[in-house]
Amino acid sequence: MSTAYTLGRHRFTSRLIIGSGKYKSFHENLACLEASGAEMMTVALRRVELTTPNGEGLLDVISPKRVVILPNTAGCYTAQDAVLTAKLAREALETDLIKLEVIGDTKTLFPDVPATLEAAKILIQDGFTVLPYITDDPVACKRLEELGCAAVMPLAAPIGSGLGIRNPANLLIILEQAKVPVIVDAGVGTASDAAVAMELGATAVLMNTGIAGAKDPVKMAEAMRLAIAAGRLAYEAGRMPRRLYASASSPLDGIASF
Amino acid sequence: MNVSINGKNHEIPPNFTVKQLLQMLQLEQPRVAVAVNAEIVPRSTFDHHQLAAGDRIEILHPVGGG
Repeated sequence: MSTAYTLGRHRFTSRLIIGSGKYKSFHENLACLEASGAEMMTVALRRVELTTPNGEGLLDVISPKRVVILPNTAGCYTAQDAVLTAKLAREALETDLIKLEVIGDTKTLFPDVPATLEAAKILIQDGFTVLPYITDDPVACKRLEELGCAAVMPLAAPIGSGLGIRNPANLLIILEQAKVPVIVDAGVGTASDAAVAMELGATAVLMNTGIAGAKDPVKMAEAMRLAIAAGRLAYEAGRMPRRLYASASSPLDGIASF
Repeated sequence: MNVSINGKNHEIPPNFTVKQLLQMLQLEQPRVAVAVNAEIVPRSTFDHHQLAAGDRIEILHPVGGG
């Protein structure tokens, strides 16, 4: 149906990227992955539990053979921590992909823009395919693209907020100027939010709580798959112009006079 | 000798390597990554990277996240 897109040397057909946090179980996560049709899933890196080292892990249930694993640097508040976490993720998962997150504030989880730029520069020089989570700021996105990021991932709304696309005008500016894929990351609450992101022209949407936080996550995963596909089709079709007044759909000639 | 592993103090034999530590902890798994004193220890050097007293060791693995 819709065309493929690439991130570095990785090629994708599905324009939905899902998370792996907040699910009730790894098996629920797997069912959502299947229902969503996503080809890539993001994971975090955390300390191993030393007391129960051999319990069933996420990737024992969801094999990296069936989905591209996108490690993230969630929880990092400095460029230095994010760079080290990215390198550890590369060792643990044997991938050059990294979703770069450098958080600047605990309450909003908004990105620290200068620290994100600093970390992106180091990671790109080290050969990573860097996908940075960033504010919906056209200048920040431009700078990240100039550094060599494989995509930019502006937020729609705060992480886990489900508020939808708070600033479609900024997203449109980012989309207009970007020469790399634009992935809307964070804030999508329901299917229509995902469809709007795609209709605006986003390359893909990354979401976690939008699916995991639904009453029926598997059903929402399917809704998101359909919304992403519908939104993309509508974008490719090109919407009609908006008009302030009505424009009759039926012929004006030949109207009976009673 | 005393080292810190994931934020907690542990007593380990002197001249232990990262590989020996992972063996002791039953953590010889493919998806584990190790940093010592905020420096990455590449997997290829696990068997000859010798730990020292006071080392701050972080052993990480992938978990669910968004």
